[in-house]
Amino acid sequence: MDAYTFLLQGLATASEPAMLLYALIGVTLGTAVGVLPGIGPALTVALLLPVTYRLDPAGSLIMFAGIYYGGMYGGSTTSILLNTPGESASIITALEGNKMARKGRGGPALATAAIGSFIAGLIATLLLAFLAPSIVKIALVFGPREYFALMVLAFVTVSAAFGDSALRGLTSLFLGLALACIGIDQLTGQARLSFGVPDLLDGIEVTTMAVAMFAVGEALFIAGQRVRQDDEVTAVKGSVWMSLQDWRRSWKPWLRGTAIGFPIGAMPAGGAEIGTFLSYAAEKKLTKHPEEFGNGAIEGVAGPEAANNASAAGTLVPLLTLGLPTSATAAIMLAGFQQFGLQPGPLLFATNPTLVWGLIASLLIANAMLLVLNLPLIGLWVKLLTIPRHWLYAGILLFATLGTIGANPSSFELGMLLAFGVLGYVMRLFGYPIAPIVVGLILGPMAEQQLRRALSISQGDWTTLLQSPIAAVLLGLAALAFIVPLILRARGKGEVLSQMAADED
Amino acid sequence: MRNFVLAGLFAGAMALPAAADYTIIAPANPGGGWDQTARTMQTVMQEEGISRSAQVQNVPGAGGTIGLAQFASQNRGNPDALIVGGYVMVGAILTNNSPVSLADVTPIARLTGEYEAIVVPAASPIESIDGLIEQLKADPGSVSWAGGSAGGTDHIAVGLIAKAAGVDPTTINYIAYSGGGEALAAILGNQVTAGISSLGEFEAQIQAGTLRLLATSAPEPIEGVDATTLKEAGLDVVLENWRMVAAAPDLTDEQKAKISADIEAMVTSENWQKQLADKGWADTYLAGAEFDAQLESDIAATEAVLRDIGLVK
Repeated sequence: MDAYTFLLQGLATASEPAMLLYALIGVTLGTAVGVLPGIGPALTVALLLPVTYRLDPAGSLIMFAGIYYGGMYGGSTTSILLNTPGESASIITALEGNKMARKGRGGPALATAAIGSFIAGLIATLLLAFLAPSIVKIALVFGPREYFALMVLAFVTVSAAFGDSALRGLTSLFLGLALACIGIDQLTGQARLSFGVPDLLDGIEVTTMAVAMFAVGEALFIAGQRVRQDDEVTAVKGSVWMSLQDWRRSWKPWLRGTAIGFPIGAMPAGGAEIGTFLSYAAEKKLTKHPEEFGNGAIEGVAGPEAANNASAAGTLVPLLTLGLPTSATAAIMLAGFQQFGLQPGPLLFATNPTLVWGLIASLLIANAMLLVLNLPLIGLWVKLLTIPRHWLYAGILLFATLGTIGANPSSFELGMLLAFGVLGYVMRLFGYPIAPIVVGLILGPMAEQQLRRALSISQGDWTTLLQSPIAAVLLGLAALAFIVPLILRARGKGEVLSQMAADED
Repeated sequence: MRNFVLAGLFAGAMALPAAADYTIIAPANPGGGWDQTARTMQTVMQEEGISRSAQVQNVPGAGGTIGLAQFASQNRGNPDALIVGGYVMVGAILTNNSPVSLADVTPIARLTGEYEAIVVPAASPIESIDGLIEQLKADPGSVSWAGGSAGGTDHIAVGLIAKAAGVDPTTINYIAYSGGGEALAAILGNQVTAGISSLGEFEAQIQAGTLRLLATSAPEPIEGVDATTLKEAGLDVVLENWRMVAAAPDLTDEQKAKISADIEAMVTSENWQKQLADKGWADTYLAGAEFDAQLESDIAATEAVLRDIGLVK
């Protein structure tokens, strides 16, 4: 039997009414648990995995796929509505998504996230089904120096994409990089900047930082404003649904987000966040409405949301073809497969085709079910925004605190949440963008480790960074992205200066 | 604040008396070996009726030392609290200068274990462990080893191998990855000379022929595994990455006996054996005085090698 026959067979099994019910239960549970901040998809799957043990393999797999995609999606809802990213991959979604929600466009923001996630999930799952073995070969070419070059490219494009003032953006980014140095150095096992505090040994948790910066900082800022601007927040303005223009502005970012997210997710050290950063930067470059970025541009939600779902499917590429769990979620999925005595790896597609194709079919069904569940719920979700502001923000603070304790039960973590919340407030007060600090915290350690690994392997030879063609091309692109705007600006300034000189005459 | 949280937990426990059975701390993020061990224990204990309702709680960080410290301070004399740990924790306690060590809890039993495997990519010119050791002796820096976190089992194993081969352990070129998975990608991608991790991490790749297994760290050749041991190759290195379960400090002898009996009932159940077989873990159950003696000798040996590598001053 060939791939198509297996896939069709899997789809037939997965479309039986009982299976559809399992998928619906899985998606509902996954979304419900995923919505809680601090509980990312990994913990969601870990908590709910035992539920699937009782079912037969087909039912178990499909419920499992539902929980996985549901958990991935749940995080974006809180990002958009409450400015409280549940996991690092939906931090970028909060940037534009929450601005949209506060302008009464929460409905379209949620819709573009849901539909974008669906389309990205669909395309990425099909790519996974038919191209996984070839994609993984390309992904393995990426070693430390190639990853480092990719991080440099991400730094350059992303820092250019935030805020209006480059100086303020860079200040915030470097603050993030400095905070990223805290904790045990991965390569030598030595503690850095932890000042003997055991809780700092593992560094600063990205979700704690993101929730503090976005949710707590925001709540303090609102509370600190002397003039009450209660009227400014419109819960729902216009339709809850996407207008024709929203569709027109969303479909390209969906596709671009998928194209960026999937290959990066498939790389063993790629991670879902980088895809969302690059997608956001790309949308900001390509948009016809640059003035809306930072004020609720729909492209800034559509692209990154598609990217994070595509990379979720991308993560399954190394998992299924190499047996390589590249994220915490994937590691738990591995445990899920093992309950059927299934050992993911290079032989999986050959030895266990029925289960593999069953899983892929389940992912497709779960993905569709997610859309079915979430689109009607949007009307209900946006009602959250009609809650009076002071109650809403009190609720957000409670939610953020609970989530942080839930993920890491320690009083120190709570103290950090509050301290960074105050930092977020101060930065808002003085007009510093807060996203770069979180980006620095995520990208900093990755870039540092990959660079040091590359140099360690080459025994200290820096030219190794340029000897790989991929790394050289990526670094070249980064250099272009850095230099070209400088030249353009310098020339622009030059013209302005000469014009002014001419005017004086 | 801690008291407040405790009070909350206590109130919760009072409200739900049936749920107050074993609470198993997994001192790591969901998905890792300790988390999976804790969750397997949870499943088996519940299904076998050993515990009406076991709970797993993740307290991640710093090689398990954060979870261990929290466990030791918050559960003094609590007969319902368990923590999962392992060999990696032994190293982490030393490298992190952790104020809390395994002496501050009540170790109950070793549960499972895996031996280390040394592999090279299929395309590598190195054909045998002797070839690898030769290159290591000639130029230690030219052999890059990919493995798990710095100071962990994999790193310790490389230190022991270097020492046994008469190479200065401080000169080894060890590339630490956050886990076996990421290290595996680097090995498959031909980025490093050799890889070292638990045998289970590499098994599927070895069967598929994309990795070449050079040697294992088992005391005797493992059944069904076509490779020599380090010992047979003339290197006196035997290392097992084991996982254990410990109980709270300050327990009475009766309480300790009760927990030991529960763990033994769990380990001897068919259900546990089936779970181990599914996950590919070896049953290395060891309890009582024998386990205490083994723990002590492992801690001493680990400290010595970490000093040699230069990770512990």
